[in-house]
Amino acid sequence: MSYAIPERELMYSGHVGCPGCGASLAMRLALKAVGEDVVVIIVASCWSIIAGPFPYTSLKVPTLHTAFETGGSVSSGIKAALEMRGRPNTTVMAWAGDGGTFDIGFQALSGAVERNEDFIYVCYDNEAYMNTGIQRSSATPWGAWTTTTPAATPKNTPKKDMVAIMAAHRIPYTASASIAYPEDLVRKLQKAQGIRGSKFIHILAPCPSGWKSEPAETIKVSRLAVQSKVFPLYEVEEGERWRVTVRPSEAPVIEYLRRQGRFNHLTPAQIDEIQRNVDRHWAELLARAEQG
Amino acid sequence: MRKVIMGNHAVSYGVRLARAEVISAYPITPQTQIVEMLSEFCSDGSLNAKFIKVESEHSAMAAVVGASSVGARAFTATSSHGLLLMHEMLHWAAGARLPIVLANVNRAVGPGWNVWTDQSDSLAQRDTGFLQLYCESNQEALDTVIQAFKIAETVRLPVMVVLDAFILSHTEEPVDVPSQEQVDAFLPRYETEWRLDIEDPRAFNMLVAPEHYMEMRLQMQQAMAEAKGVVQTVDEEYAACFGRGYGLIEPYRTEGAETVLFSAGATSGTARVVVDELRGQGVNIGLLRLRLFRPFPVAELRRALAGVKKVGVIDRNISYGHEGIFASELKAALYGLPRAPQVFDFVVGLGGRDVTPATIHGIAGHVLSHDVPAEEPVWWEVKS
Repeated sequence: MSYAIPERELMYSGHVGCPGCGASLAMRLALKAVGEDVVVIIVASCWSIIAGPFPYTSLKVPTLHTAFETGGSVSSGIKAALEMRGRPNTTVMAWAGDGGTFDIGFQALSGAVERNEDFIYVCYDNEAYMNTGIQRSSATPWGAWTTTTPAATPKNTPKKDMVAIMAAHRIPYTASASIAYPEDLVRKLQKAQGIRGSKFIHILAPCPSGWKSEPAETIKVSRLAVQSKVFPLYEVEEGERWRVTVRPSEAPVIEYLRRQGRFNHLTPAQIDEIQRNVDRHWAELLARAEQG
Repeated sequence: MRKVIMGNHAVSYGVRLARAEVISAYPITPQTQIVEMLSEFCSDGSLNAKFIKVESEHSAMAAVVGASSVGARAFTATSSHGLLLMHEMLHWAAGARLPIVLANVNRAVGPGWNVWTDQSDSLAQRDTGFLQLYCESNQEALDTVIQAFKIAETVRLPVMVVLDAFILSHTEEPVDVPSQEQVDAFLPRYETEWRLDIEDPRAFNMLVAPEHYMEMRLQMQQAMAEAKGVVQTVDEEYAACFGRGYGLIEPYRTEGAETVLFSAGATSGTARVVVDELRGQGVNIGLLRLRLFRPFPVAELRRALAGVKKVGVIDRNISYGHEGIFASELKAALYGLPRAPQVFDFVVGLGGRDVTPATIHGIAGHVLSHDVPAEEPVWWEVKS
C-alpha cells in the first residue's frame, strides 16, 4: 500500500540542524502530515537549536519552546486553553528527544497520557543526549559508546521499551515510525491526528555526530534499523491491538551496526548477543501482533 | 454576600469570580481545599474552566504556562515543597511574561516534615520574577486574587498571592463575597496579542543569544518597576468598586511613632492588638505591614519610616548564614536614608510555632529597651 506525502512545506530550509540530521527530517515529515492547524511544543533538545535562535524560527506554525521535562504538561495546558478559546480541533503536537521522553520528561508524559489528554506526543529518538554532546540516556542501546559510556565500558543495560510502556497506559494510539519509510510515518501521524485522546509516536532519528555514521547515510542507516528489526515499525491501538506496519527483510544486525562508529568496539560475541536479543524481541512483537 | 469561610475557600471564590479558564494543581497540605472547591465549581458548572489534575506541582505550573501561552486566564495553587518543585517553571512563567496567578499557602519546608506556617517557601522564590502579595485576612485573600489577575495581565508578569497555613487557610472568618456582575465590571475577559495563534504563527521562548538576552531581562525589571504603580492603581480601583483597599504597605498607628514593628501576613493581625495595648499604655509604637514584597516598595518604605528611630522586624523565615529576609531587604531599602532607623531582626514562629500577643509584646519590649540591635538576628522564644 502506498500513501502520498503532502507537498506542503511547513519547515523552512534554513534550519540549523547538522548535516544528515534525522531529527530535522522527522519534523519536516511530521508537519507535512499534520498540516497548518497545529501548535508545536518543543522541549529542550537538539530541536531547541535546530529551530533557530531569536528572532528566527524554521517552523511556519505556532511554536512554544519549553523546559526539558514539560512536553506532557505544557501540551495539556495548551490543549485546555485552545478548547476554552474555541479551537478544539487544533492539533497539539509535543516534540521531544529521547532524553526529554524516556528520562526527564517521563513523569509528565505518563501523567498526560494517563489523563488521555488530546495531543500527539512525538519522540524523535537519537538514542543519547546529543545536544549536550553524546551522553547516554535510557534510550541508548546496549553496547553503544557515548561520552559517558566509554568504549571500554559501553552501556550495559538495554534500551527502555518506550512504545510498550506507552501502550501499557492503554492510550488510543501508539506507533513507531522511521524517516526511511515516509509514507508509513505520514500515515501514522495523520491517523493519530484523527483520533481523540493521547497519541505517542516514536521516531528513530539517526544522529551522524553521535552515532559516528556518514551524514549521507542517514536514510540508509534508518532503513537498516527497520530491516534488521532493531527498530521495527508497528502500531498499537488502545494498548491491545498490535500490528506490524512494515515487514522487514532479513538483514542481520551487523549490517546496521557496522555503519556506526559508536559500535566499533563490539566483539563478534557481543554482536551475536545483540542479534539474539533483536530476534527475541521480534518474536515477542510478532506474537503480540498475532494476538491482536 | 457575606459568608463565613476559611482562607482557602476565600481563594477559591476569588478564582471563580475572576473566571479563570484553566486551572491545574496537585494536592498538598495545607493548600488542597483551594483546588478541591475549584473542582466542585468546575463539576457543578458554576465555573466554566478546564481543570487539569496533573501528577506533580512542576507539571501544574507547566500546564498553566501552556494555557497562558494560548492567552487563557490561568491559575494554580500550592505550598511548600510543591512551590519548591515548581521553581524552574516559576522562572519560565515570568520570563515568558505570562500573567499566571498562583496562590501559595505559606508552609515550612522539610525535613523534618512540617505542614505548619512560615515564609521560607515563598521567600525562596524571591528572584523568579513573580510579584508577591502577602495577605493578612481571608477577605484580603479573596480580594487579592481578583486584583492579582488584573495586575498580572496589565504588567505581563505572574503574581503569587500568599496566605498563612492554618492561621488563614483553615480558619473561618466572615468574608464579603462580591457579586459576579461587580467583578466582571472590574476584571474584563483577558485578551492578548502575544499568544500562540494559528492565524498569526509565531515562535516563543526560543534560544536567545547574549546580544538579546539582557534586554529581555531589563524589560522584566522595567515591568516590575511599572508593577508598583499598577498594584497601587488596581488597589485603588478595587477600593472604589468594593470599598476595600490595602495598599503596598500598610502603616498602622505609626503617626509620630518612634518604634515601629514590621511584619507580613497574618502575624500582622496579632501585632495590631499588641500595638493597641501598648498605645493604651502610652507607648509610642506603631506597625508597618508589608503587603507587596516583589516589587519591593523601597520609596514607600523610606517615606513611611523616615523619622522612626527603631524598627522591630518579625521574620517568620531565615536565610541561613545571614538573617531574616525581611530584615535584610528592609535594611537595604533604608541604606543611606538620613537618620535611618535601627533595624532589630527577630526570627520567630518557624514551622508554625505560635506567634502570640505575648510573643510580640516580648519583641516590642526588647526593641524598646535596647538602643542598638545585636549584630546577629535574635531567635525569639527558642529553647536553649
